[in-house]
Amino acid sequence: MIINRVIGQGLAMIIKTKKHIPASEITDPLIFAQRRKIIKAVLASVVAGSGIAGPLVNNQQKWKHLPKAANFPNSLLTTPIELVKNYTNYYEFSFDKEEPAILAQTLRINPWQVEITGEVEKAATFNLEDILNSQNLEEHVYRFRCVEGWSMVVPWVGFPLVKLLNLVKPLSSAKFVKFTSIMQPENMPFQRNKIMLDWPYIEGLRIDEATHPLTILAVGMYGNILPKQNGAPLRLVVPWKYGFKSIKAIVKIELLKKPPITSWNKYAPNEYGFYANVNPSVPHPRWSQISERQLGSSFFTPRRKTELFNGYGEQVASMYADMDLRHFI
Amino acid sequence: MNINSPGKINLLDWCFVASLMPLFWLLVNIGFDNLGANPIQAVEIRLGDWTLRFLCITMAITPIQIVTKWRGMSDYRRLFGLYTFFYATLHVLAYILVDHALQWRIIGVDIMQSSYIWFGVLTYAIIFLLAITTHKSAKKGMGKYWKKLHRLIYLASITAIMHYFWQLKGNQIQPFLYLLLILILLAFRIIDKRRDRQLYPAVIPDSRR
Repeated sequence: MIINRVIGQGLAMIIKTKKHIPASEITDPLIFAQRRKIIKAVLASVVAGSGIAGPLVNNQQKWKHLPKAANFPNSLLTTPIELVKNYTNYYEFSFDKEEPAILAQTLRINPWQVEITGEVEKAATFNLEDILNSQNLEEHVYRFRCVEGWSMVVPWVGFPLVKLLNLVKPLSSAKFVKFTSIMQPENMPFQRNKIMLDWPYIEGLRIDEATHPLTILAVGMYGNILPKQNGAPLRLVVPWKYGFKSIKAIVKIELLKKPPITSWNKYAPNEYGFYANVNPSVPHPRWSQISERQLGSSFFTPRRKTELFNGYGEQVASMYADMDLRHFI
Repeated sequence: MNINSPGKINLLDWCFVASLMPLFWLLVNIGFDNLGANPIQAVEIRLGDWTLRFLCITMAITPIQIVTKWRGMSDYRRLFGLYTFFYATLHVLAYILVDHALQWRIIGVDIMQSSYIWFGVLTYAIIFLLAITTHKSAKKGMGKYWKKLHRLIYLASITAIMHYFWQLKGNQIQPFLYLLLILILLAFRIIDKRRDRQLYPAVIPDSRR
């Protein structure tokens, strides 16, 4: 398929990279992998005359024309979906950024529950379907900046985290929020072999960060449900922080009095801070953060100059007004 | 380059052509848009990998010569050494031109703030010095300093590994494999030197190297 495409494009391709591929031309690997299941589900729903085709099929239709979240410019050019799907850091599966697109397909995400507990009035466990049904989904087009120096623009489908937190009524003693990823060693090779981090993956935010309207829980991207390698079925997205803060496949949210110990911070505290705000003037101890390579850009195009708070300073800088950002990395 | 047997293609010529294959393959991959979601970084990594591989091959020549007792491998060492320089230069050019598009201010800040690049710069400086002193006239003119200078390849092999290792986020196996290979190649020299001293105690100065 790739070869045919490229031959058609001729010599100009030699120095250009990644042409935009209309998503409609490509079979979604997730759908492809589940084609039998989908066919069965559709058949079953026809036979039974009921709607058991499941959220997968329904949502494919439903999220095509979502309202855009109000507080963003729509001028951001989104990264081609194929790049976003095939370039993920998901160390539960691999060090490689392309392999999770294949390896993650065995992850079991149905049924899925999210437990919210800790410093709250009404601790609760939510079924994913109930969350999907009760929340107003919107499209949030955000920049996503990885601590490694690459970036992309993703149209997430989701809702502000604060909306979910409000359901459990946080106490005033709740100062921090801890997020925990799925532990599924039978399907996650690095968990099974205890490689790299202490699993499960843990992330955290201060309560004002967690309840900021820019902080969302995403359940989809590009109008469809999240691909498994991108954090299905439910992930955090905090656009002004480095990507590793945006934890994937969340099963537990705890409101705490004290800051949680987060995975990368525990692994290398001097390299990956708790805050991890995007900041071009605070280099990583081993590499600069002054610029980023935008996925989808062609050869010989300059790197993008990284912006403080990834360009969201107007909305979030006030939360850090009295903090020395060189110290609180 | 075919001095010994004109008209016949010899092994050295094969090595010359074969060493261009990684570049050819990279160009094919670029043409077919086969380098993944971050092709610019992929080009840099690919060229860096091949620099390191040619560095290892260059350093393996002397041990092979000692084991096989095959004289006249210095042509091969020179060839692979120059290819190390060739791929290192492409690696640097990819960083400056393809990735940074000559944005010198950003390049300057990037180098200053990125300690992993310091190791890369040091490695390239050494390889550059070795490459420009390749010619026989330089070897003659420099006398005993030529050999001293060219021993810096040992340092370059270590700094090259540091350049690799120091940019990774997690513990990854590849740089350790290269490090192991380089340590073996270095250890071989140390062992060989000791053995020489024991076998020929101060009879003849070592004529092989």
